Amino acid sequence: MSEHSSSSPLKMYFAVFFALLAGTGLTVFAATLDLGPFNAPVALTIATVKATLVALFFMHVWHASEKLTKLVVIGALFFLLLLLGLTMTDYATRPWS
Amino acid sequence: MPDSTAVGLHHEEQHHPELLHHFADPQQQRDASSLGMWVFLATEIMFFGGLFCAYLIYRRWYFGDFAAASKSIDMALGATNTAVLICSSLTVVLAVWAAQTARRTLLLASLAITMLLGLTFLGIKGVEYKQKFDEHHVPGASFSFDHEEIPGHPGQYANPAHAQIFFSLYFVMTGLHALHMIIGLGIFLWLFLAAWRGRFTPEYNTPIEIGGLYWHFVDIVWIYLFPLLYLIDRHA
Amino acid sequence: MSMEIAIPKPVERENYLNKEYGVWSWLLTTDHKRIALLYLISITFFFFIGGFFALLIRLELLTPAGDLVQADTYNKLFTQHGMVMIFFFLIPSIPAVLGNFLVPMMIGAKDLAFPRINLLSWYLYIIGGVMMLHCMLIGGVDTGWTFYAPFSTNFTNSNFIEAGLAIFVAGFSSILTGLNFVVTIHRMRAPGLTWSRLPLFIWAHYATSIIQLLGTPVIAVTIVLVAAERGLHLGIFDPKLGGDPLLFQHLFWFYSHPAVYIMILPAMGVVTEIIACFSRKRIFGYSFVAFSSIAIAVFGFLVWAHHMFVAGMSVYAALVFSFLSYAVALPSAIKVFNWTATLYKGSIHYDAPMLYAFGFLGLFTIGGLTGLFLAALGIDVHVTDTYFVVAHFHYIMVGGAVMGYLGGMHFWWPKISGRLYPEGWARLAALIVFIGFNLTFFPQFLLGYLGMPRRYYDYSHMPEFQVLNVLSTAGATVLGVGYLLPMVYFLWSMRYGKPASDNPWNAAGLEWKTASPPPTFNFDEEPIVTWEAYNYEELDAPHKQEVPVAR
Repeated sequence: MSEHSSSSPLKMYFAVFFALLAGTGLTVFAATLDLGPFNAPVALTIATVKATLVALFFMHVWHASEKLTKLVVIGALFFLLLLLGLTMTDYATRPWS
Repeated sequence: MPDSTAVGLHHEEQHHPELLHHFADPQQQRDASSLGMWVFLATEIMFFGGLFCAYLIYRRWYFGDFAAASKSIDMALGATNTAVLICSSLTVVLAVWAAQTARRTLLLASLAITMLLGLTFLGIKGVEYKQKFDEHHVPGASFSFDHEEIPGHPGQYANPAHAQIFFSLYFVMTGLHALHMIIGLGIFLWLFLAAWRGRFTPEYNTPIEIGGLYWHFVDIVWIYLFPLLYLIDRHA
Repeated sequence: MSMEIAIPKPVERENYLNKEYGVWSWLLTTDHKRIALLYLISITFFFFIGGFFALLIRLELLTPAGDLVQADTYNKLFTQHGMVMIFFFLIPSIPAVLGNFLVPMMIGAKDLAFPRINLLSWYLYIIGGVMMLHCMLIGGVDTGWTFYAPFSTNFTNSNFIEAGLAIFVAGFSSILTGLNFVVTIHRMRAPGLTWSRLPLFIWAHYATSIIQLLGTPVIAVTIVLVAAERGLHLGIFDPKLGGDPLLFQHLFWFYSHPAVYIMILPAMGVVTEIIACFSRKRIFGYSFVAFSSIAIAVFGFLVWAHHMFVAGMSVYAALVFSFLSYAVALPSAIKVFNWTATLYKGSIHYDAPMLYAFGFLGLFTIGGLTGLFLAALGIDVHVTDTYFVVAHFHYIMVGGAVMGYLGGMHFWWPKISGRLYPEGWARLAALIVFIGFNLTFFPQFLLGYLGMPRRYYDYSHMPEFQVLNVLSTAGATVLGVGYLLPMVYFLWSMRYGKPASDNPWNAAGLEWKTASPPPTFNFDEEPIVTWEAYNYEELDAPHKQEVPVAR
């Protein structure tokens, strides 16, 4: 929204872009390593970092947006966690599976 | 609209042509549109959330079968598509920036390249679906996934029924994602035509901004789909 | 009807009803008030279709033998009754009619934030409704409104896919309404109208919208999965492949439990307005009532698996969900206590809207308390899938939501139509609805507790249940009369009713500060709010429009 120095967002956009590409390479590479139980957490962590970069910088949650936008994002993620978490209370505690 | 009812509503403001009658000023209109898109994206999170929930449960139950099925998908195509979408996200932010700074050529070029990248994504996706079809990995009557080893467990074969659940989820998740891509392409075609007619100015570019939000969201979904569907236990 | 109050009747003022005429001025309107009326007509249509199915169900159960309809037909009757009433009447009822009409006016806005999306949401509703009608005409669905997998995915021979898509499309309409409300309430409030000055009707609709936005997408994707499994032979829930039908139930109830709050929260908002107006008092504990709406919206998402206690889920998880289900009773109780405290020492007027509000209070309390029975694991095992459950949720949805809806329709009818409804008839109708309702559904509590299962069309092996079933059917007939009456006199009043003043109840709230019916953009001058909500101590008692019936 704010139009300060016109070149700075471009630098930031390209930096994020290369970080995302690097993250993609990293996640493919990490998948070929045997990390024992940590393959999935590593893959999801990289994905979350990438998604956060997109949200914060490409979707301007970091700079130009107000608190309400952040609230909407955090609120939706909270309810997503409720869906996954409370469903898991069932699946994680079934004695027969 | 008779002037008698309008008196006192918008005092001495000069009317921007894109300002709709029920908003007090352009700022309010922009804020409303942007919030509207964010709220819509929140519903989209829950929409895909249901799928992730199903995925999570079955992956926990049938990890080996999921790993074997995942290994049969072409990782290179998935990784290429990830890169394609990241490039398109870059062109989208460039389009927003171009609209805000009145760079018409850059705006049109960014929108056009975004669409091209979107089509490329769908094309690669089509190649991938064709492979799955040829390998009889499409769930249904002619599905077959026999004698596929579970990665890391030589001599143990994946249960075809459980693999079929994986491929069902694979097709539903990537299919719904692709549907969102197609809708995104429609939005961007509309944006391109509007930009061509010169509708967007530094004062009025909300459609590009919120269309971009949608595109980035679809990108984020893919950022999760890629490791979850393509990269289960690749190392063994 | 003694003295004719001289109502100056010069040229009728321009308002949203007489501004334009013709079919297209309605079908292409973006005016939230006209869209509200479009919704009013459409949901009334579906209400009577759903009611017709209910009538057939009650007639079948009049005798123990399955003699009126066949088993398959009965399955379709209760399925279509549920689907039509829930997705095409209750979910859109208060939000899409009263909410659409009132939310912009109560916050001093000219329209909702996205008027064209508002119209789109009505068209989506109509498309979904037409699909549902078509589905019923070509044979209907027999899955129950809950369409549990794997019956819906692999076994039923009825046309589930079309019904599912109808619900999907109607769900999209519901999402768009919620989205419009959230953005409007955040962005379009008049100057000075802070969150703590908002009418509680607005708070209730805000909370409702949150549920619509976060819950509906989950049932949408669930329907997609069921349709894909049925139509494309994918396997997600199929036990033959190792899929888990309980997963369907989790996803289904993640929406469908909070959906109950989509129905009841707006009714709570309506009742709050009515109780304040007809007690002539500020609502007791404003912020508690406001935040209990939000609390219901959030807690409502934590309790869904209490529908699955006997379905084979983990007993440990059942314990957690039982506990959480008790928690959601707290904000509801806070509301009931605060309404009661508002009545205390109020100057109470027994006009028809207030009678409905009283009905709501009692019936919702019974419905809520019997909900606690069902949240308790031990009792739930005993009464699951019996008429006790049926009675419980009808006390919430009909005794609660429909009472609130009718109360609201009476309260705001002068604003909507510019005419007064006949007060005497309205009080009579409220009484008939209350008596008919209790006669219909209270026997069902007893039936369920004695062990009559729901969804049975033939109970000839237990003929001792007939007496209570006859009472229930008799009550349903009375209830039907009670519902027809308001429709008749509302229509009558549009032509013959006395013209309403701008504020016939002397009620607080911005919607009463503009003309009845309001002009297209709601206010001739942009309102600036300098007062707190419910400032009834500054207002006179309501005008008497009719000589009251002897008290």
